[in-house]
Amino acid sequence: MSQETGNQAAGAPASAGPAEVGYARVRGRSFSTLGAVLLLVRKSLRQHAFSTAITIGSVALAAGLVMAVFAIQEQSEAAFTGGPVGFDAVLGARGSQLQLVLNTVFHLETSPGNIPWTLYQEIRRRPYVKLAIPYALGDNYLGHRIVGTTTELFTDFEYQQGRRFEVAPPGRVFDPERMEAVIGSVVADRTGLRLGSVFNPYHGLEYDRQMRHEEEYVVVGVLRPTNSPSDRVIWIPIEGVYRMSGHVLRGTGADYVPSAAREIPDEHKEVSAVMLKFRGPDAGMRLDLEVNRQGRIATLAWPIGAVMADLFDKIGWVNRVLQLVALLVVLVSGGTILAGVYNTISERRREFAILRALGARRRHVFAAIVCESAAIGLIGSVLGYVVYAAILALAAVVVRAQTGVVLDWTEVHWILWATPVGMTMVGALAGVIPAVKAYATDVASNLTPST
Amino acid sequence: MALLHLSGLMKSYASPDEPARTLVVDVPSFELHAGQQLALHGPSGSGKTTLLNLVAGILRADAGEIWLAGHNLTAVGESRRDRLRSELIGYIFQTFNLLQGYTALENVELAMRFGRGHDAAFAKHLLERVGLASRMNHRPRQLSAGQQQRVAVARALANHPRLILADEPTGNLDPAHAAAAIDLIRQVCREQGAALLLVSHDPTVLARFEEVVHLGAINRAAA
Repeated sequence: MSQETGNQAAGAPASAGPAEVGYARVRGRSFSTLGAVLLLVRKSLRQHAFSTAITIGSVALAAGLVMAVFAIQEQSEAAFTGGPVGFDAVLGARGSQLQLVLNTVFHLETSPGNIPWTLYQEIRRRPYVKLAIPYALGDNYLGHRIVGTTTELFTDFEYQQGRRFEVAPPGRVFDPERMEAVIGSVVADRTGLRLGSVFNPYHGLEYDRQMRHEEEYVVVGVLRPTNSPSDRVIWIPIEGVYRMSGHVLRGTGADYVPSAAREIPDEHKEVSAVMLKFRGPDAGMRLDLEVNRQGRIATLAWPIGAVMADLFDKIGWVNRVLQLVALLVVLVSGGTILAGVYNTISERRREFAILRALGARRRHVFAAIVCESAAIGLIGSVLGYVVYAAILALAAVVVRAQTGVVLDWTEVHWILWATPVGMTMVGALAGVIPAVKAYATDVASNLTPST
Repeated sequence: MALLHLSGLMKSYASPDEPARTLVVDVPSFELHAGQQLALHGPSGSGKTTLLNLVAGILRADAGEIWLAGHNLTAVGESRRDRLRSELIGYIFQTFNLLQGYTALENVELAMRFGRGHDAAFAKHLLERVGLASRMNHRPRQLSAGQQQRVAVARALANHPRLILADEPTGNLDPAHAAAAIDLIRQVCREQGAALLLVSHDPTVLARFEEVVHLGAINRAAA
C-alpha cells in the first residue's frame, strides 16, 4: 500500500466525499505534465528572446566551428591520402618521397630534380608496369604549372576507376608535335584561357613576368572538372618542354641545347618524374627494393597514399591542437548557456513560485530549466550547420585554388550528428546549476511581488 | 462531515529582532464542510496568509494536523502535497499571480497540466463563465485588474477543486468591482461544488458573506 493511500487510514475525520485523487489518470497526467514543461521552455525562450538569441548565436558559432574543424581535417586528409590520384607510385630524382608526391600528384612544392629519359624507357618496359607516363616540369602560366607529358595521360590513364580525363567538346587532345595545350578547368576559370586562346609560358614554377618565353601555345582543349589537383594544370607535349627557349637538357650529364631542326637524342632527354600504374600488388614492393634500397639515382614514392599519410602523422599534433581548441570553444559556449540561463533565474523566482503554487513539483521546475538549456544547445547547433556550410564553402574555394583538393560541405561526417547531440548534452549539463537554483526556490516567500 | 479539518496546528517564524520564534498560527481546531463558504476576518499580520499557505501545503506546519478530503497533508512529503494541492485546491491570490508571458487561456490550461490533466474545452468554458470569452488570448498586461482577477478565478477552478482558498482576492480592486468579484467567486464556487475559505480585512467583502469568523476566534496567536 502506498504512503498516500495509507494516509487515509482509520482515524481520519470523515470527509464530505470519497478521496478522488486521480490514480487512474497518472498516465495521461504524465503526458500533460510533459506538455507543461515543454510549454514552459517555449515561453521562457520567447520571453527572454534577446538574451536567448545571443546565446544561441554563440552556440551556433561554436558548433559550426567544431563541425568545420573536424570536417575540413578529415576531408583534406582523405583527399591527400586516398583521393583521386590514379597512380600507384611516382619515380623521380633521388630525394624526398614526400616532395616528389607533392610536386607531381598535387602540383605543389618544387621539383627535387630530374631523371634520365632512358630510365623512364627502361621502367616502362617492365612487365609489371601497366602504365608509365613521363612528366617534365619547369614552366608556368600566371602561376599555373605547365606539365609536359604524353598523350597516354588522356588515352590510357584513369584518375579514378573507369574515369579518364575528358576534353570538353569541341576541344581535343594536343598534337605531340605541335605547340598546343590542354588546360584544366580551374585554369580556364582563373586565367580566362579558352579554346583557341594563345599564351606564352613563363619560365619557372612561380610566375615572374620577366621570365616570359617567346614560344606561343594555343589551347586546343579544356578538361572537364575532375575535382583533383590536375584541374590546376596546363598540359603540353613533353617535346615542347625540351624545346622551350632557354631550357638545357642534361640527360648525359653535359649540357645539351636542342635545335629546332634536329630530333633530340634520347640520351639527352630528362624527365621530372614518371607516374606509374602497376599490374599487380607486389610490383611496388619489387620496384621499391630495386630503386630505394639498391639504387642510387632515383627515388620511388610508393604507395602514394602512405607517403601522404606519413605527412599527416607527422603533423597530427597540429590537428589535435585544433581539435582541442574547438572543444574548448564548446566548453565556453556551455558556459555562455549557463550564464545566460542563470542570470534569468533571479527574475523568474516569482514565476517558479506561482508554478509551484499551481501544483508543479520541484522536479518539473528543474526539468524545465535543464530542457531550456538543452534546447538552446540544440537550436544553436542546428543553426551551426549554416555556420559550418559557410566556413566550408569559403575554405573550399581557398583550398581548391591552392591545392586542387575539393572540400564538399554536403559530405556527411560523423561530426555533423555528433555536434548537435554533444551540444544538447553540454546545454543540459550547463542547465543543471541554474536548475538547482530554481529547484530551491521558496514558494511562500516568492509569491508576493517584490517592489 | 468536514472537508477540511485542522487540529493543533502551529506555525512559527524566526524573528531577527527576537531570540524566540514568533508564533503566527495556533489553531486548536477548525472545520470547513463541503460547499461551505466562510470568510475569515482579521487585520494585517494576523497570520491569514500563513494559515492559507499551511492549508494549501505551501508551508509545512511545526505541529498539528491538516486533513483535506481524507488526506493528512501534514503526514506526506512535499511532492505529494504539491499533487494534492493541484488536484484538490484552487488558490486565488491578492496579486492574482498570473504568469505574464502567458495568455489568459494558457494560464488556466497550465494549471490543468500540473493538476488533473489538460482540458481545453473546460478551460474555455471557465473563461466564458467569468465573462472573458473575448479576452482568452490576451496577456495579463492587456487586461484590467478586474479582468485579471477573473482569470485568476477561472484558473483556481481549473482542476475541479474541492476547496477554493482566497487571500484578500479583492485587494487590488476598487469597492464596486470588489463586490462584483466576490459575488462571482461565490457563484462559480457554488456551480463547481467547491467550498470557499476567504480571508480579508475589507468590510465590503465581508458584508457579502453570511458566515464571517474573526480569525482571533480560531487562531490563538492572533487573538
